[in-house]
Amino acid sequence: MSDAPEVKTPSFAMVRTLGLVSVICGIIIVGVYQVTLPAADANRKLALERQVFKVLPTAKSVVTYYATEKGIVAAAGLDQPPAGAVIFYAVYDAAKKLAGIAAEASSAGYADQVRVLYAYDTEKQAITGIGVISMRETPGIGDKILTDQDFLKNFESLDVHLSADLQSLANAVKTVKHGTKSGAWQIDAISGATVTSKAVGRGINESTQILLPRLLPHLEKLRSPS
Amino acid sequence: MSQIELRAAPHQHSGSNVPTIMRNVVYSMLPICAFSVWQYGLSAALLILVVTISCLAAERINSTISGTADTLSDWSAVITGVLLALTLPPSFPLWMGVVAGFTAIWLGKSLFGGLGQNPFNPALIGRAFVQAAFPTAISTWVPAFTPNRFVECIPTTLTAPFMSPPDIVHWIKLQGMDAFTGATPMARWKFENVSASTMDFLTGQVTASAGETSAILILVCGLYLAFKKYLDWRIPVSVMGSAMLVAAAFHLVQPDRYPAPTFVLLSGGLMLGAWFMATDMATSPITPRGVWLYGALIGIVTVMIRYFGGLTEGVMYAILIANAAAPLLDQFNQPRILGETRGKS
Amino acid sequence: MSAPSNFDEFLDGIWKQNPIFVMVLGMCPTLAVTVSAVNAISMGLATTFVLGASCLLVSLLRHSIPKQVRIASYIVIIATFVTVVDYAIQAISLDLYEALGAYIKLIVANCILLGRAEAHAAKNPPMPAMLNAIGMGFGFTLGLFAIGCVREILGAGKLFDISLFGPHFQPWVVMVLPPGGFFVLAGWLIVFAAFDHYKTKRTLGVQA
Repeated sequence: MSDAPEVKTPSFAMVRTLGLVSVICGIIIVGVYQVTLPAADANRKLALERQVFKVLPTAKSVVTYYATEKGIVAAAGLDQPPAGAVIFYAVYDAAKKLAGIAAEASSAGYADQVRVLYAYDTEKQAITGIGVISMRETPGIGDKILTDQDFLKNFESLDVHLSADLQSLANAVKTVKHGTKSGAWQIDAISGATVTSKAVGRGINESTQILLPRLLPHLEKLRSPS
Repeated sequence: MSQIELRAAPHQHSGSNVPTIMRNVVYSMLPICAFSVWQYGLSAALLILVVTISCLAAERINSTISGTADTLSDWSAVITGVLLALTLPPSFPLWMGVVAGFTAIWLGKSLFGGLGQNPFNPALIGRAFVQAAFPTAISTWVPAFTPNRFVECIPTTLTAPFMSPPDIVHWIKLQGMDAFTGATPMARWKFENVSASTMDFLTGQVTASAGETSAILILVCGLYLAFKKYLDWRIPVSVMGSAMLVAAAFHLVQPDRYPAPTFVLLSGGLMLGAWFMATDMATSPITPRGVWLYGALIGIVTVMIRYFGGLTEGVMYAILIANAAAPLLDQFNQPRILGETRGKS
Repeated sequence: MSAPSNFDEFLDGIWKQNPIFVMVLGMCPTLAVTVSAVNAISMGLATTFVLGASCLLVSLLRHSIPKQVRIASYIVIIATFVTVVDYAIQAISLDLYEALGAYIKLIVANCILLGRAEAHAAKNPPMPAMLNAIGMGFGFTLGLFAIGCVREILGAGKLFDISLFGPHFQPWVVMVLPPGGFFVLAGWLIVFAAFDHYKTKRTLGVQA
């Protein structure tokens, strides 16, 4: 084949072929996208609800919001999140009362980003539960954050109340060495899985430091959804 | 037959060949094994026995399959087995020891073409594999000198194959050793900033792998081999010296954060690694300057992993890394041939 | 050499030219997504679909694609079907989508695909081209499955998420970590090499 003399192809033919291929492929992609979009969206919604319901067992429905410097806005009806927005989920119980807030915290663990979803109780101003969204920590060591009962106890009521000026947490969330927890805002690390424990603490701290000051002034808006 | 055999020097054979050297290394390890058995009793004895037998079995199966001559008689598989067993915790389940033994011989040696062809120390390959496979079991430590150690096994030892070992916290409590923390001195230093006394290290009164406890014993056995010229004395000297130097430098700058050099030298597997692992002839350099650099690399990397890595112990990976660097070190440190000028190579 | 039958084309990729064990191609997904048998099969079938569909299209268009722009055309075609698979998996199962991660998109860079398009589909009529491609895909799936089985059994004590050894099984953590992929792949390559060695010796023995 390669020994055959070079066939002179007119430029037009090349452009025409590439154009033709692109058109065919474009039609296929758009068609499949349209067909699968509803199913994929439904799947994503299901997955989100499953995760939120795990950290807030009383939950019945979830509404997605964006928190920006200026305030909070419901995600429904927006094509693009506003610049610099943090995503969070307002969670309602069966009586349509605000059951809590869920948001994602993520930080670098031992192997990859550790992404957790935490539940925030607006009355207690505390974190009341966490669930892992994704991680690739070492099985048998890092993934103890899913199963270690002592570690999960940290998140039954992890204090994240804001300081008087409402600009930052009164006490930054911090992961401390196993057995040295002294404040309600501290996380007692798992002995032997310190890196992963620290990643969870760091992620929650970063997320709450940004989200809560933006969120708290607008709680009323969430309590009485239009 | 009437031809004169023409050969280059050397012409005189010292009389020592591979099996002789290997056998002597095994003899020199016997006191360490004995001490380990005295400390940990039945479990340690079974572990050493089972790991060594599985290494021999792997070697035999391998030579049967590949149809090569039987290589059991060169004693090298025995060394690998005993060394491997000495680096494992005494409570290590026996079936995992079998996995370690087979991995050491097959992955560490046979695949590369057998004795002398292996780029890495086979015993350490075996240990590295089980450390990655069973991270919990390999960091479970038990107290030494328990009262019933010669009549009963540590409960984890006889775990059924492929099953996970039982929890031994309760068993340890039953032994009446309240002070036992379940962590090695290095882990305690790393996570709790507690140092152990030098005397305890020297006499083996610490929590450690089966054969890493008594520094004095390892030193004596190592010196015997060095005296018999079965190992290159430069390697352990260089490993221990460089580790001490680096540790001393850190200790001088921040004495409260970094432990004393003697702690670094005596804790964990540094002594055993320096005398018995790093000196493996097939995996260490042969040029004099290369040997010094090789030892220094092991010492420095060990300290770096211990101080800044996620692991508490770094000797194993330090030696494996240096094994990988050995051919390169030889290449760059060829001694000058008499009569040739420098820089012309 | 007579033209191979369609059935031979199909068998070619499954055994004689198995992409993983014989040609050692497509190592990226082979090592990355074989932690469980389900992942391995899904990845293999996704690749099989892309292979079959893109080779069919390449073969149909083989006379109208000028040599100079062929690579560009093949890549566009392959990328299209990868996108299709990507959407389809999102619609079928989000868990599977997360488990396979970036490796679905990376099918585009799998050398088996461009290799088949360039070496086979561009020179053959649609029917044999597609059969050959699907055979390759099944061979790839078979390879992934063989690796995935071993890794799931040793790494989790399960097969297809069904526990095999009861609750006390000790998982071999290393098997679900990246090194496990290398170990198991190497193990299978040894088995295949040994088999090949044995067969060659026997054939030679018969001739002698």
